[in-house]
Amino acid sequence: MSDHHHKETFITKYVFSTDHKMISKQYLVTGIFMGIIGVFMSMLFRMQIAWPDESFSIIEAFLGRHQDGGVMTPDIYLALVTIHGTIMVFFVLTAGLSGTFSNLLIPLQIGARDMASGFLNMVSYWLFFLSSVLMVVSLFVEAGPAAAGWTIYPPLSALPQAMPGSGMGMTLWLISMAIFIASSLLGSLNYIVTVLNLRTVGMKMTRLPLTIWAFFVTAIIGVVSFPVLLSAALLLIFDRSFGTSFFLSDIFIQGEVLHYQGGSPVLFEHLFWFLGHPEVYIVLLPALGITSEIIATNSRKPIFGYRAMIGSIIAIAFLSTIVWGHHMFVSGMNPFLGSVFTFTTLLIAIPSAVKAFNYLTTLWKGNLQMNPAMLFSIGLVSTFISGGLTGLVLGDSALDINVHDTYFVVAHFHLVMGVSAIYGMFAGVYHWFPKMYGRMMNKTLGYWHFWITAVAAYGVFFPMHFIGLAGLPRRYYSNTAFPLFDDVADVNVVITLFAILGGAAQIIFLANFFISIYKGKKAEQNPWKSNTLEWTTPVEHIHGNWPGEIPAVERWAYDYSKPGHDEDFVPQTTPLYEGEEES
Amino acid sequence: MTAILYVLLAIVVAVAIWQMTSIFKLKSVIATEKDNNIQGILFALFGIFFYGLMIFSFVKYTSILLPEAASLEGEDYDDLYVVTMGLILVVQAITQFLLFYFAFKYRGVKGRKALFYADSHKLEMIWTIIPSIVLAGLVLYGLSVWIDVMDTSDAENPLIVEVYAKQFQWEARYAGEDNELGLANVRNIKGINTMGVDMTDINSLDDIPVRELHLPKGRKVIFKFRSQDVLHSAYMPHFRAQMNCVPGMVTQFAFTPSMTTEEMRANDKTVAKVENINRIRAEKGEDEYVFDYVLLCNKICGSSHYNMQMKIVVEEEDEFNTWLKSQKTMAQVVQ
Repeated sequence: MSDHHHKETFITKYVFSTDHKMISKQYLVTGIFMGIIGVFMSMLFRMQIAWPDESFSIIEAFLGRHQDGGVMTPDIYLALVTIHGTIMVFFVLTAGLSGTFSNLLIPLQIGARDMASGFLNMVSYWLFFLSSVLMVVSLFVEAGPAAAGWTIYPPLSALPQAMPGSGMGMTLWLISMAIFIASSLLGSLNYIVTVLNLRTVGMKMTRLPLTIWAFFVTAIIGVVSFPVLLSAALLLIFDRSFGTSFFLSDIFIQGEVLHYQGGSPVLFEHLFWFLGHPEVYIVLLPALGITSEIIATNSRKPIFGYRAMIGSIIAIAFLSTIVWGHHMFVSGMNPFLGSVFTFTTLLIAIPSAVKAFNYLTTLWKGNLQMNPAMLFSIGLVSTFISGGLTGLVLGDSALDINVHDTYFVVAHFHLVMGVSAIYGMFAGVYHWFPKMYGRMMNKTLGYWHFWITAVAAYGVFFPMHFIGLAGLPRRYYSNTAFPLFDDVADVNVVITLFAILGGAAQIIFLANFFISIYKGKKAEQNPWKSNTLEWTTPVEHIHGNWPGEIPAVERWAYDYSKPGHDEDFVPQTTPLYEGEEES
Repeated sequence: MTAILYVLLAIVVAVAIWQMTSIFKLKSVIATEKDNNIQGILFALFGIFFYGLMIFSFVKYTSILLPEAASLEGEDYDDLYVVTMGLILVVQAITQFLLFYFAFKYRGVKGRKALFYADSHKLEMIWTIIPSIVLAGLVLYGLSVWIDVMDTSDAENPLIVEVYAKQFQWEARYAGEDNELGLANVRNIKGINTMGVDMTDINSLDDIPVRELHLPKGRKVIFKFRSQDVLHSAYMPHFRAQMNCVPGMVTQFAFTPSMTTEEMRANDKTVAKVENINRIRAEKGEDEYVFDYVLLCNKICGSSHYNMQMKIVVEEEDEFNTWLKSQKTMAQVVQ
């Protein structure tokens, strides 16, 4: 299969490529592009929250007919929040993160020439591309894009009478997501099959780097849960377009009674969160896998408790499928179910705690190499702990009552899955950039990028807990209707300023990323002195990854600073010397 | 404060642009010993920033938090909240300290070899078992509060009130003398009968529709929630109460008000909070604010979601009864 001499046209090499390395880059660049849109939207609606009645030329410039004299309308505010959530969760942190690194690393780290099916892999990317295009197109429809929140609960999302965004914008949202799910399923099935079948000689499951374990388990969660969202989306399309009543019943709106009878919005919530909660881990686990790898490499130490880390990934994955009800404690669901979901939810804290402590122990007595990827990985551990701990409040049905749907929730999930996952993604980009583009990213810009982002992220989300505890609901266009909330206005200004600072800091990353592709210093084969297989491939990309035989694996991936070796790393391809014990 | 942040922002942008021009000249791309040193120290400084931000937020923002609960069930809620938050803060303080301390202390030095330490069964048992025990306690405590709040089967002579949501307004209906709500369905909505009460049901006649919610202190109130169009959520933060209003079904929540509106207005924390709010309002030239309990919508429901509210008045039981008697019944309203 090492047919790297075979002729390629521009189209087969750069556009309809079946090479996992090219597909990975396509995912990354598309993800970054969507990320720019998603982050920019958050800047706009944060301005509205901080300065509700002030006029901004930037809003006038970007929102067109959805603003009046530089002040955005309530409908577009809700649309911006909705599309921000959708883009960041699905397009950036699912496809952009998992799609990029699963594609790049699974074949390279397990010792395979490519994915099990290069063709399906290509189809998966192009479906993702198509769904991205549809999502962007939906921003331009007459009445505005979908605006019922990223959770699109019916009846709001089902009835065009209920809000302008529930017309054409919602139709496009649903079609885009249906295609996205198809893309995600093709990708996930490919990852699972590849990991199970294409590992090189000696690459036992218990020798896989934690990145691969994370991607593998993530793919399984995706296959289990995404189809349920697809069914929810399809049933909602039926309710919207064909008059069925899966989610609708007894509705009187705009002066008339609708014919719907017998459906339940709560059913939709169950279906949505059956994906929606595992989705948190679909986003987070790859970031944790990437971080495990980077922390071990840059600490020059084996990851502490390798088997416990695998165990906790599997435990988290299993539990993630039986906790969805904690989003529905006050939905009208039977309170007994609330008790059950409280129990399963708080159980997740145990494997999460194990992971956090194992990270800390890995750092302990290490020889930390402070590359930008390492900074972001340490940052992830910090936000993962900060955000994870407040889960103890939200996962507890009793305590959830009064903070449900307030800014406390927004602060919690942004820290634990938003910021953490994006840190994992940045860490991955800085670390594997040499593998993707054959060049190095600029270190100093990486440092600036990290520190400004780190300060801004806590500056945004730490105070945000307090306005939530003050009882401020999320998704309010303006807080001026309640004098009760007049004293949170100042806090909102601080949050917005930090948000703009953090958003602006991403310009540093973008500049660094795109300039380095062309002007970065040429990479060495193994710049970080890492053990894993991807660093045994040549810097220049070739079809089939290795010019000759695929190397055999002789040991696990984490023999850093192992006594009895001269170097502080021992690549997985190095045979055990006589009498050496495998860890 | 605001001005400083603006200046910082400008500096950052300038530095970024300046840095971008030097990107082509850089030779070193991998962290050197000097980088390790600087970044390690920066992590220590970041740790200080982190604790500083935590302390600053607690000092500065405690005044904006909700005052103590105004319901009996809410008092249990607050206790559970304090225990949980205390636990979170302790774990947070310790683990974040270790993280930043390790990042500083073990910053890379050339020639030093890291400790090869791949596993310790004992340590892992410790941090599996201790969290398990703590969480078991937290789950049991949490569930006892949850069951207390949600289980209304032993309530003696509760007041039954229906809270009715629609885009973008709240209404309410008291069960009247028989303390039983008449049947209702959106298909009965007509003219002044805005909640779709079924007037052929005998229980409906003495029901009392209102636009302002009054509650008696010390008597358990069982709320029945309905919605006529989309999902809404009835959120009463001062009572630690929230429940979604779902079209097509009736949901329920209950609490016992423990402080009248007057008592809450005189509460120390409320007084301080209201003073602060009025100072801000005075600066903007707005009228003075007097505290009132409020019911707000907390589930995205459309354009005016941010302004869907109803005033709640808690009063002594006899005052409440007088007020209720002065309201018209459904039979009177519809005639």
